[in-house]
Amino acid sequence: MRVKLQHLAHTRSGDKGNTSNIMVIAYEPEFYPLLKEQLTAERFKAFYAGTVEGEVLRYAVDGICALNFVAHGALGGGVSRSLCLDNYGKALSAAVLGYEIEVPEAMQEKLRGMQ
Amino acid sequence: MTDKTIRIGAGAAWWGDRIEPAVLNAQKGDLDYLCFETMAEATISAAQVRARRDPSFPGYDTYLDDRISGVLPGCLRRGTKIVTNQGWLNPDAAAQRIVYWLRHYGARGVKVAAVNGSLITDRVLELTSTILENGQPTSTLAANLVSAEVYLGAEPIVTALQGGAQIVVTGRVADPSLFLAPMMYEFGWDALDHQRLGAGNGIGHLMECGAQVCGGYFSDPGFKDVPEPWNLAFPIAEVSPDGSCVLSKVAGTGGAINLMTVKEQCLYEVHDPANYLTPDVVVDFTTIRLEQLGPDRVRVSNISGKPRTPTLKVSIGCTEGYIGEDMFFYAGPGALRRAQLAKKILEERFKIVGLQAEELRIDFLGLNAIHGEMSPKDGPEPYEIAVRVAARTKTREEAIKIGREVDGMAVSGVAHTGKRVPHQDRFREIIGVWSSLVAREKVPVTINYFES
Repeated sequence: MRVKLQHLAHTRSGDKGNTSNIMVIAYEPEFYPLLKEQLTAERFKAFYAGTVEGEVLRYAVDGICALNFVAHGALGGGVSRSLCLDNYGKALSAAVLGYEIEVPEAMQEKLRGMQ
Repeated sequence: MTDKTIRIGAGAAWWGDRIEPAVLNAQKGDLDYLCFETMAEATISAAQVRARRDPSFPGYDTYLDDRISGVLPGCLRRGTKIVTNQGWLNPDAAAQRIVYWLRHYGARGVKVAAVNGSLITDRVLELTSTILENGQPTSTLAANLVSAEVYLGAEPIVTALQGGAQIVVTGRVADPSLFLAPMMYEFGWDALDHQRLGAGNGIGHLMECGAQVCGGYFSDPGFKDVPEPWNLAFPIAEVSPDGSCVLSKVAGTGGAINLMTVKEQCLYEVHDPANYLTPDVVVDFTTIRLEQLGPDRVRVSNISGKPRTPTLKVSIGCTEGYIGEDMFFYAGPGALRRAQLAKKILEERFKIVGLQAEELRIDFLGLNAIHGEMSPKDGPEPYEIAVRVAARTKTREEAIKIGREVDGMAVSGVAHTGKRVPHQDRFREIIGVWSSLVAREKVPVTINYFES
C-alpha cells in the first residue's frame, strides 16, 4: 500500500543562508529502512523541483532513525533577500509529508494518524 | 573533577522570543545558570544600520530591560549566574545597564563582565579572503559593508567566570557556546578536550532554540500533539561532568520533552551531523543516545566531538538594496479568476511605470505563495486568495512602486478587491549576510568588569 510520509515520519526544517535542512525522522524503527530506501536524495530533489534549485545531500543518522536532507539554493538567495513570504523556509518541511511511500500491509496497524 | 551536576536553563532563543518562560525558569528552575541567545544572522547588521540613524540607540538587545529586570529577582534569590549575548554592538553598555538593574533590586557588589572583540568591521577585509557562499574575494563586499562579526566560542566566557563574574554579557558568540561555557568552567574541562566539549556543545545546541526542544515548532494535530501548546516552557539541562545530561522543564508548563522533540532539535540547522562546526569543537551527533526517563525528562548521552578547526566563522552583513511588498485579497466564487486578472494588470502596470527590479514575484497566497513551483497544479480552487507582490530593487524609490501600484488597485483594479489600509512597512532595506573565515589568533578578546 502507498501512504503519505506523514504517517511514517515527522519532519522539521532549519535555515542557514540559502540552504535549508529538512529532516525526516521515523516514528517507528521499522519504518526507517523504508524511508532510507525510498526517499533518496535524487527523489527528494525531484519532489522539491522548482523550489530547491541546488544540490541535495542526504545524511543518515541511524541511531535516531533520521534522514537529514541538506537542500542548497532552497531559500530564494538567502533568508534576508528572499522574496518568499516564508523567508526561513519553516514551512518547507511540510511538503515532504505528502511524499508517497510503499508500505507493507503488515505495518498498517502501526501507521500514525490513519484513524 | 567532581560528580556534581549543574542545572542550566534557557532564557531566550532569539531576539523576539517570549520573556515569561525565562522569568519562570529564573523563579522555579532551581538554576545554576540561565543562558540567553538573543540574535539572528542579521541582528548585528540591523543594529548597525539603526545606530547610524539613531545616535541614542545604545546598541544592545532592545528587550534587555524586559529580560534582565524580569529574571534578576529570581536569579539573585537563587544565586543563578547569567550568560547572555545581549551585548550586540556594545557589550560594555549592556553590562552597565545590567548594573543599573542590579542596583535597582538592591544587589551590591555583583560583578558583570562584558566580552568584547567579536566586532571586526573595520578589519574584516584585511583579515579574510574568500566569501564561503560564492568563492569571490571578500573585497567585493567593501562598498556595501555594514558589519562583520566573528563567532566567538566559550573560552572568553569561561575566563570571565573565572574572573568572578556573576553575569557575563557578550556580543556575537556561537549559540551553543553560551551554554557550553558554564560546563567548562564548573567541570574544569580543557578547551582542547574535544570529547567533552563535543558533548557539551551538543547539549548547548539542543538548548539554544529554547522552546523548540519543549514542544515548540512541533505540534501537528492528530500526529504530534502536546498539552497546552500556549503555555510552553524553556528547557533545563541537568548536566553531568561526563557530558551527559537530562533535559527537563518546570513542572506545570505545557508542551513536551520527548524523544521526538529532542531528535528534531538535534538536527535543527545542522548539515553534516557528524561534523557540526562550532568555534570550540566539531560536534558529532551521530553517536547520540536518547532515553525517556519519565514524563518530560529525556536523558541525552554520548554526543561526541572532534578537534576544533584553526579558523573562526565571520558573518558579514551588507546592504543590498530594498524589498517592496504588499498584498490584497479576493474571496467567494471566482476568487482565482479575479486574482489572475489582477496579476496581469500589475505586470502591465510595472511595465508602464518602468519598475526596475532584480526579481519580481506575484504569488497567490492560499494557492502557491509558500511552496511556489512545487505546489499542486490540480488542487481545488480556494475560497479565498491573497495576491502578494514582492520585488527586490536596488533603490528605495523602485521598492516604493510596489505599494503605490497596489494602492492603484483600489479604484482602478478588479471587482471585489479587498485591500488593506495603506501602511508604512511596505518596503524594507535588505541586509545580505555572507560568511568567511578568520584565523583564531587574529581575533583578540577583551573583558571589562563592572560592579553593582
